[in-house]
Amino acid sequence: MTGVIEVSGLHKSFGHTSALDGLDLRVRTGEVHGFLGPNGAGKTTTIRVLLGLLRADAGTARLLGGDPWHDATTLHRRLAYVPGDVTLWPNLTGGEVIDLLGRLRGGLDDKRRAALLDRFDLDPKKKARTYSKGNRQKVALVAALASDAELLILDEPTAGLDPLMEAAFRACIEEERSAGRSVLLSSHILSEVEALCERVTIIRAGRTVESGTLPELRHLTRTSITAELSDVPYDLTGLPGVHDLHIQGTRVQCQVDSENLGEFLSRLTRVGVRSLESHPPSLEELFLRHYAAGATGVTASSAGSVVTAHGASGQEPSREGSCPRTPDGRSF
Amino acid sequence: MSGLGRALAGTGPLTGLALRRDRIMLTAWVYVLTAWAVGTAYSLKKLYPTVAAQQRFAATVAHNSLFIALYDPLFGRSLGALTAWRISNPTALLAALMSVFIVVRHTRGDEEAGRLELVGAASVGRQAALASALLVAFGASLAFAALTAAGLIFLGLPAPGAFSLGLAIASAGWVFAAVTAVAVQIAETARVARGIAIAVVTAAYLLRDGSAAKGASWLIWLTPVGWAVQVRPFGGERLWVLALSAGCTAIAVAASFALSARRDLGAGLVPVRPGRERASGWLGGPSALAWRLQRSGLVGWTAGLAAIGAVIGILTPAIGTLVGTSSAMGHAFTKLGGSSGIADAFLAAMAGLYGLVAAAYAVAVTLRLREEETSERAEPVLAAAVGRIRWAASHLVVAVAGTGVLLAAAGLSSGVADAVRTGNAGQVPRLLGAATAQLPAVWLFVGIAMALFGCLPRLDVAAWAALMAFLLLGQLGPLLRLPQWAMDISPFTHVPKLPGTAFTLTPLIWLTVAAVLLTTAGLAGFRQRDIG
Repeated sequence: MTGVIEVSGLHKSFGHTSALDGLDLRVRTGEVHGFLGPNGAGKTTTIRVLLGLLRADAGTARLLGGDPWHDATTLHRRLAYVPGDVTLWPNLTGGEVIDLLGRLRGGLDDKRRAALLDRFDLDPKKKARTYSKGNRQKVALVAALASDAELLILDEPTAGLDPLMEAAFRACIEEERSAGRSVLLSSHILSEVEALCERVTIIRAGRTVESGTLPELRHLTRTSITAELSDVPYDLTGLPGVHDLHIQGTRVQCQVDSENLGEFLSRLTRVGVRSLESHPPSLEELFLRHYAAGATGVTASSAGSVVTAHGASGQEPSREGSCPRTPDGRSF
Repeated sequence: MSGLGRALAGTGPLTGLALRRDRIMLTAWVYVLTAWAVGTAYSLKKLYPTVAAQQRFAATVAHNSLFIALYDPLFGRSLGALTAWRISNPTALLAALMSVFIVVRHTRGDEEAGRLELVGAASVGRQAALASALLVAFGASLAFAALTAAGLIFLGLPAPGAFSLGLAIASAGWVFAAVTAVAVQIAETARVARGIAIAVVTAAYLLRDGSAAKGASWLIWLTPVGWAVQVRPFGGERLWVLALSAGCTAIAVAASFALSARRDLGAGLVPVRPGRERASGWLGGPSALAWRLQRSGLVGWTAGLAAIGAVIGILTPAIGTLVGTSSAMGHAFTKLGGSSGIADAFLAAMAGLYGLVAAAYAVAVTLRLREEETSERAEPVLAAAVGRIRWAASHLVVAVAGTGVLLAAAGLSSGVADAVRTGNAGQVPRLLGAATAQLPAVWLFVGIAMALFGCLPRLDVAAWAALMAFLLLGQLGPLLRLPQWAMDISPFTHVPKLPGTAFTLTPLIWLTVAAVLLTTAGLAGFRQRDIG
């Protein structure tokens, strides 16, 4: 399978601070790819390298089959970009900026432009300096979405949008997906990524810590189980892959590693199950583990190998490596 | 707390913040101004060490209409009077510009950038930013006045004159700080506010220049720059004139506070009208964008230089008249080439002034690239199908061609004004040529700014420092009798002094080559470096 973005081992430092420290990112043609990471993890730096605005110190980056630094101008005809912090020329109107950015790329679809303005409820006659953050964001979004680009690179595109506009944005991305366009979506809004993205890459401190489809990533984490049993269980302790076990009479609460789930459930049914609630790990939990690990000083590199789960999960990664837990045993 | 107290709450911390942010810039401004003033007094003292020598030189000056037109009237024969005559005009201009930049930066500039919003949400009154900006500007002028007075007294000049000279120049800074405070209320962007304020400064200088015309000396009383001269430091000080400046400052400050109290944060007095729904057909490439962004600036600068040129053209015929008669003067006069020689010397000096203004424009336009980059507006353009060189070249074209337009406008308008006054159009091509001969030196500043932007983007402000250094070199160099090699560092030294002297092409070619090399180096550096 070919990828629209193929980055491996990317390094970039600014003076003494290292922004990217061996980052890997692979976006396949036609997919919406979520790009997640805490503030300062290197998302925007990666995007700027991909846009040929920054030059990587080491590693390889391929964009649409070309070199993002040397072939910048030709590659940019085939992509559209929405920056995270949209600043516009204060004395140009929103409509002028949309047309200008479209023409600089090589043209935009007038019909789509009109439809998008309507959908995002944007007044194109206002001068850019009078726009709010959300409206500036909309200008950049309309300019990008009204283009016929193969690849959309969106850096936190919904940061300033209200919930209604966010819904409009999601609908637009769904359409882009059906139209066969590829999207790299950097975001903090996990529900948005869960709803839109087939595959996700999570980075921290300039390194990729997780990458794969959402089911694959979920597979690497634990399912929360709350069960009401018909009798008091006595042989649940010490089972492999069971964590945070709390037993209060006939009520059992715990977290279970995905591959031990079957065995655990069969233990429960032996006792007799009255009710059972199970929650698959949300992206948020997945995400928070990595954030919290950073906050408590456990870095991805020290916690073990970087886990990448591509395609079928033939390789069984070390659990402690992929999901480092906080030292006090608290899990999210 | 009273209403005024509430409105001004937080002025102290904001002033501290402004001083912290501008500690280098403010020091540089005050240093340059003080060095200019005290350095001039020092070099005059070295050149004319005895009272007799000073009086002889003063007599030459007083009878030379060229000197009077270039500087100011001379009030007195002492070393102090000579110093005041020599520095009042340029330092008052610099003090005025310093005030404009300080006030705009800490009011409308911060407001536009959204920083004021952040501060305004804290317990800060709505007038606090304006008050602190004015305090900083007033303080900078006062610091200059105090340091200059101290320096002059140290050189042995009488204290009353030293203080009144410092205050006279500082008063120009105060008036224009207050004028700028009004301008930032009217305009909605820092750029326009600066434009309005600088236009007022230019107008004040044109009135001062105009007062040199016959029968128009009363004009000097209409301009704050004139009041600074009329204080007459070391020439029987008239400190009451400072009351005019103080009154004018007070009125403008009051007006600015009243206007500021009536408007919303981020808004100007002129409401924003809706603009175009679609971009015009021509707005489709980086060059069109550069033109769209720079055209109003070009119009403003051209109008300003054309106005300066016109006033100079009107004044020129009056320059060639000999003020006094003495055998010594007559000798010097013939040496200068008679009445036409004096007029030509004046016009050549003015052509140099056009060159300085055009060089400032060149630096401003070229460094717009850096401004676009740091504001992240360059990012979407460069993320589109626009190569870096093409994008940089779009602004460079405006700088290179725009400086040509500016200088042509100045030369033409002074030639036409002279023709209208004298009924003889013979000066038009001469003055047009004198002005445009500055172009290669001006282009060198495009090259300096571009080289810095491309190779040392964080030091882009050094382009302004270079312009300031060459300005000081040109002004103080002859007084300090600097060796020729030192004078040769400035590109303006190499421009033939037209009209009046022979035209030499070689230095102009070298200047152009240097400009091209610097620009190429800048473009090469820009192609290789990171954006942002």
